[in-house]
Order: sequence, then C-alpha cells, then structure tokens
Amino acid sequence: MKYIVAIIQPDRLDEVLDELDKAEVHLVTVTQVMGRGNQRGLAQVYRGHKEVGSLLRKVKLEIAVNEEFVDKAVGAIKSGAKVDAGSIGDGKIFVLDLQECYRIRTGETGTAAIGA
Amino acid sequence: MTKLKKLLMSSALCLLPLAAFAEEVAAPAVISAGDTAWMIVATALVLLMTPGLAFFYGGLVRRKNVLSVLMQCFMCMCLMTVLWVVVGYSLCFGESRGGFIGSPGTHFLFKDVGIDANGTIPHILFAAFQGMFAIITPALIIGAFAERMKFSAFLVFSALWLLVCYAPLCHWAWGGGYFHGGESGNFLMAAETGAIDFAGGTVVHINAGIAALMAAIVLGKRQGYPNKISPPHNLPFAVLGAGLLWVGWFGFNAGSQLAADGVAARALMVTHVCAATAGLVWALIEWIKDGKPTVLGVISGVVAGLVAITPACGDASVGGALILGVGGAVIAYIFVTVVKPMLGYDDSLDVWGIHGMAGVWGAIAIGFLTIEGDPGAAQAWIQAKSVIATIIYTGIVSFVLLKLVDLVFGLRVEERNELVGLDRVDHAETAYTVLD
Repeated sequence: MKYIVAIIQPDRLDEVLDELDKAEVHLVTVTQVMGRGNQRGLAQVYRGHKEVGSLLRKVKLEIAVNEEFVDKAVGAIKSGAKVDAGSIGDGKIFVLDLQECYRIRTGETGTAAIGA
Repeated sequence: MTKLKKLLMSSALCLLPLAAFAEEVAAPAVISAGDTAWMIVATALVLLMTPGLAFFYGGLVRRKNVLSVLMQCFMCMCLMTVLWVVVGYSLCFGESRGGFIGSPGTHFLFKDVGIDANGTIPHILFAAFQGMFAIITPALIIGAFAERMKFSAFLVFSALWLLVCYAPLCHWAWGGGYFHGGESGNFLMAAETGAIDFAGGTVVHINAGIAALMAAIVLGKRQGYPNKISPPHNLPFAVLGAGLLWVGWFGFNAGSQLAADGVAARALMVTHVCAATAGLVWALIEWIKDGKPTVLGVISGVVAGLVAITPACGDASVGGALILGVGGAVIAYIFVTVVKPMLGYDDSLDVWGIHGMAGVWGAIAIGFLTIEGDPGAAQAWIQAKSVIATIIYTGIVSFVLLKLVDLVFGLRVEERNELVGLDRVDHAETAYTVLD
C-alpha cells in the first residue's frame, strides 16, 4: 500500500481529478495549503508596498492506493497538473509507504480497506 | 453682498448655540420640517460611517487583529457619545472662552439643549449631528496604531484626545473660535476673515491625521514592518467599508449645510464627483506604475477624494471637485507609497497619508477654488493658517498625550502578545471559527 501526497497549482485541480477518474482512482482528500518552491514565491504589491518571499496558494491531494494503482495515479496527476510543456510551479508528487489502512464502517484492513 | 455675509454663508456650519446669543437674534428661529427630516437622516448617515470605517480598517489588518479594530471603533461609538453629552458638546459649542474652547458648563449634561430651534432644526438635533463627528474623528486614528496598541491605553488616549484636541479644533472652526476673525479679529485671523471648513477638513481629517502620525511615531513600528507584514486579510470587508463610508459621507458633507436646500444638494454632488475622480485617478496611477489597478487602490483613492472635498463641499463647483479629486488622489498616493517608506514610520493604515494629506490639500485648495467666497491667494493663505494651526496644536498636544498615557498605562502590548494577536490577548475572542 502506498500514500501519495501531491502539491499542485489550484487551477489544475479539476483537470487532475478528471485524469484520476479516467485512471479509475476515485478516492482522494483535497486541502488548500500555502507553499513556495526555490523561487521564494511571487512579489505582491499592496498600496505601493512590495512584499517579497510570500507563500502562494497551492492544493494538496492525498490518496491511499494499492500497489497496482500507484503508477496510474502518479501518471494521472502528472498529466493533469502540468501546464503546457511544464512550468515553474507545477508541483511535486511524493510517494510514501503506507503501514496500515482501516475502513471505519466495516472494520476491513489492508488492501481491501483501500478499496480501489 | 458684503464680504461678511459671504463669509457667514460659506462657513455655514458656524452656528452658535441660541442659549448664548438669544438677545442678539432679531427674529425667533422657526423649525423647518424639511430641514429637520434631512438632518435626522444625515445624523444617522454619519453614524453609519463609523461601522463603515470599522470594516474598512478591519479588512486591512490581519485576521488575528480584526476584532480589536472593530472593538475600538464600536467603543468610540459608545464612549465618545457619553463624553459628548456630558461635556464634549459644551466644550465645542458652549460659551467661548477667549476663542480657545467653549465653557464646559454652558451645556453640561446637555443643559439647554432641547427641542427648540437652533437655526431651522431642533437644537438637540444639531448637537446629535455634531456628536457623530466627535465619534468618527478619534476612530480615524485607530488606523495608525492598529495591531499593537493596548486596549486600555487606547480608551484613555481617545477619551482625552476628544476633550483636548477635537473639542478645541471644533470650537475654532465652528463654535466661534480662532478660525474666524469676527468683528475685531484675533491673533490668527483678521477681522471679517475666516477659514472655509464646511464639514471638517481641519477639525476631522487633518486633526486625526496628524494625531495618527504622532501615534505611529510614538508607538513605533509593528514587529516585522516593513518586509514581513501580512497583506489585508479580507479585502471584501475593506471594500464594503469604503462603500458605507462613501454613502455615509453624503450625510457628513451635505448634512453640514444643516438644511435641506440647494447648497446641501450641491455639496452632495461635488462630494460624489470628487470621490469618483480620486478613485479613478488612483487606479490609473497604479495601472501605469505597477502594471495592475487594484481594488485596494480604488478604495484608497475614493477615501482620499472624500477627505479632500470635506472642507470644500459647501464652496466648490463640479469643476472644482474634479480638480480636488485629482489632487487628493495624487498627493495621498505619493505620501502613502513614497514618503512613508522613505521616512520609515509605520502608519499602519495610512491615516496621515490619506486623511491628513488629502485634508491639507482640500483645505488649502478651496482657497483658490471657492465659488461662494473670494478665491485667490488671500483666501488660500487664510486656509493655510488654519491648517498650520491645526497641525501645530494637535501635533504637539497629541504627542504629549501619547507620552503621558504611555507613562501611566503603557501604549503597546508586549512583544509576544503582538504576535499572538490583539483579539485573543485583549478580548479573548476569535473572529473566525476554523472547522464550523
């Protein structure tokens, strides 16, 4: 079992969810986060006052998947999140080992609990 | 029309309480239903400006401090009202003590402020209308010390400021004090000359503006200023506040005619034109200079325009309003984006830059633009004298007052508390729930 964490641009979320659906990965948790990469964000101007090094809005996806769906999910996220041929800010995908998974309703564990 | 009559018309707000001058008025004053109806509405509109200001400022600060700003504005509505009826009105409009201040005894606890006529409206309505100005003027200063002033110190400072800075200035401009020379003249104004200040350019905006500058200097900068200050947490609130201010200002300006007549109508129109022009100009400046016009810029411009027309609205033409709008926006823009960063003071919400400086512009420019008086360098110099007197008096007195309150109460919250946020620290409240 693996746990996928992906940080993407907020405007790519719909596209990524579509691609995940096409890859038969339906389960997902989505949160709004703030973040920045090595470029240290974009400068914003307020009443003439320039603010540097600010955090930018991002969207985080978290998906628990069984082994056979890892590549499909990662591929779906990649193709949905990439802007044109690839731009700064497209994001990152982290794949973590998942130790255990429980379905609360039925008490199932393991790959059956993940479901997809 | 003699110069004196022109002067009295153009400073129509200089209404002296009947109680002190009853023997000199020839014909008994009669209450006009139309004037009274309008002034009741205007009074309500001016009060609405303070919650409007609260949201304007509230949206511009960080979310951890929004309640503290709203609280301070609402406390002004409560505290200044009580002070006003006890002694504030009397200090402003009571029997003049040498032109400096009104006697606190004349209308102590609203003595002799009843329903009989003062001009063409009930005396108590005039006092109510003026009271709303006394609420919003100290509230304006909040913008300068936002996010770091102790609530207790704020209350004490604001209460004292009302009595020793607002009251004298109000008396000088509208209560029969220094800003009008009258028959024999005084140290500031020659006989039969007077400063034009229809709705409070000096009394409200320059007054609060210079006090704000003093507060910014005495309190010092917020931690993290200027590079690590978070942006406005809720610009929609700020826009809502600006909208309420714009509409409320019609009561502020057109209501200062104290009558439902042509001058009031013209005051409304020129107020509107000036606000609109200034908003447009600020947005254009941003578009050219920074590449994008912002909503914060538009509302800042609008407020600058409203400030600039305040002293001038009884005397300006629509053409004059256009000029005042352009000047107000440009000058305020420069003070906010160039002068403030250059000099380094943390006037958090630009009270001096917008209210102070646009007020200075409007108060002096009307000397050249007045259509009721004699426009020209002579009147502009008279205007300048009233502006300089305001800046010197309030600058010094506010500074001293701040230092005194600092000695006794301490003005600033502790460092850690400033980071945690005033809402939790001073009010044990949270503005927004997170989960539900």
